[in-house]
Amino acid sequence: MDYAIAALSGVFFTAAIYLLLSRAIIRMLLGLSLLGNAVNLLIFVAGRLTRAVPPIVLHGETAPVDAANPLPQALILTAIVIGFAMFSFLLVLAYRAYQSLEADNTDHMRLAEPEGGPNPPLSY
Amino acid sequence: MIEFATYPGDWVIVLPVVLCLFGAALLLVLRFARDFHLVLTLAVAGSVAACDLALVLRVLEQGPVSMTMGRWLPPFGISFTADLMGATFAFAAAVVTLILLVYLQMDAPDRAKRDGLYPLTLLLLAGVSGSFLTGDLFNLYVWFEVMLIASFGLMVLGGRNLQLDGTVKYGFLNFLATTFFLVGLGLIYGLTGTLNMADLIGIAGTVNPAAMASVAALFLLAFGMKAAAFPVNAWLPASYHTPPAAISALLAGLLTKVGVYAMLRTLVVVLPAGRDVLEPVLLVVAGATLLLGPMGAIAETNLRRALGFLVIGGIGATIAGMALPTREGIAGSAAYILHAMLTMTALYLTAGLVEKLTGETDTRKMGGLYAAVSWPSILFFTLILAVSGVPPLLGFWPKLLLIEAGLDASGLVAGTVDWAALVLTVILLGNALLTLIAGTRLWSHIFLRSGPEGPMSETPNPNLKPLTSREAWLGVWPVSVLTLIVVVLGLWPQPLFELGFTAARDLPEPVRYVEAVGLPEAGP
Repeated sequence: MDYAIAALSGVFFTAAIYLLLSRAIIRMLLGLSLLGNAVNLLIFVAGRLTRAVPPIVLHGETAPVDAANPLPQALILTAIVIGFAMFSFLLVLAYRAYQSLEADNTDHMRLAEPEGGPNPPLSY
Repeated sequence: MIEFATYPGDWVIVLPVVLCLFGAALLLVLRFARDFHLVLTLAVAGSVAACDLALVLRVLEQGPVSMTMGRWLPPFGISFTADLMGATFAFAAAVVTLILLVYLQMDAPDRAKRDGLYPLTLLLLAGVSGSFLTGDLFNLYVWFEVMLIASFGLMVLGGRNLQLDGTVKYGFLNFLATTFFLVGLGLIYGLTGTLNMADLIGIAGTVNPAAMASVAALFLLAFGMKAAAFPVNAWLPASYHTPPAAISALLAGLLTKVGVYAMLRTLVVVLPAGRDVLEPVLLVVAGATLLLGPMGAIAETNLRRALGFLVIGGIGATIAGMALPTREGIAGSAAYILHAMLTMTALYLTAGLVEKLTGETDTRKMGGLYAAVSWPSILFFTLILAVSGVPPLLGFWPKLLLIEAGLDASGLVAGTVDWAALVLTVILLGNALLTLIAGTRLWSHIFLRSGPEGPMSETPNPNLKPLTSREAWLGVWPVSVLTLIVVVLGLWPQPLFELGFTAARDLPEPVRYVEAVGLPEAGP
């Protein structure tokens, strides 16, 4: 199970990096969201994956050996919330930039860094 | 076992963050009572600065202070741990924000104030203070994201096309950087089972060194991106000049420094073995960043973009301190971060004044300011000297420490020459020279030349707009105060050395840090 999820995380990473290398903003956004999920899966695997052993320690017992660690799952919940907020902000930003700059291709978004910019100041 | 309630004095560790978050929430609730906003924001930022000062004094007196949340004992609960370095940086951040809030009155359009300028500023301060004071890696990630979302908002506030363009690049690349940080976090938790920095210090040496080195490499990439170190610096000159000057000063003064601070914390304190493996990478990154920064600034015609490149050069200097494995190197890094926070903010604010006076952002169209208004030109010149490290000013002392570290590491005295360290020392000196060239060129183009570049350059510039008395009062005074701090700290560098050498003692051997958190055995 661990190996399968680890491999799935790797596939997610690959697809995310492929999408992030694109110049279209929407593809990059999808890439970022996939990347976030790849990381979540990675943290999930880091906490051991076992079935049906509750991570509950009764009074006087020591921690169960085979139980999955619940803390990474809490970390993932936090990361999902934060990632969702970031994703929605960037989505709105991309839409607004598409409306105002009439570009969803990063090659055409050159307002802040004009293409073929001016020469360095030559004279005093 | 912690049996009693936290001593009230210990609350100063969390108060900076708590006050900022409460303040921001209150401002959102009171969003229609707009007359009230500035007063409340100033009060909150002022009390945050007071808390940070109290924290600095406390840390000076009794060493690092720690507080763990809830009734969970240290490795499990989230710890806030302040040593002298973190507390001083948090204090500097609060002071810078306070000064900026005054300057914003001159700079920001009313629309920005309506759209949540003040709550976002407080949230940014919360994120920055939290990053400087936290003792838990995952908590550091959370504060990074708080800082990030607040800076997105600040950067895009006003919604001009230029800002939208800058924010798209800033947003994507910085979100990517924090995601890489999260990958490192996941791996480190899987390997060690803890995220508390003090706990990690003891455990990190006992697990698979190859795996830990790859975690360290991920941290270097993530924080290098946040700090705009050389191959991953492209977002900074593409975005920092787009918002109004006061906001770009806030971002330039605080955000990249948090990145370098996190790098110091993770690579030097938590994963020293990983730092040793990555030392060649750090040397190359530091050298390239040191050279690229000021050379970009020389070639640039947009004033605030040129300053952005100078920020990058400073980041190179702090990474150089991490690459040189001596105490002076760490001391120089810590002192340089403080210097860069104060000086770069002041420089951006002066640039804002210049843009207000000339109505231009392109240095080729500026000129004649020295004849028209001499005070901003004196401020700008002083700050340029401070950035390049000319002796009595603030920038000199960190560079002195770094070059001393470089000479020690290069082993010229001992006879066995370490060429990498020697080359880095030469590059540090070259960086100072190039920064001086870039800065004085900017100064002579903007201030000394009578008119704009071209045939009209010897006639007085007809396009200057004198500041109104309100603008002069609200704009010039904050910059003057900040510059005064830079000059005074340069003339009496004792606090700077205290900060640097305490950091140099506590970061490589964090015994006091681990003790403060309350973990029994320090080190493996």
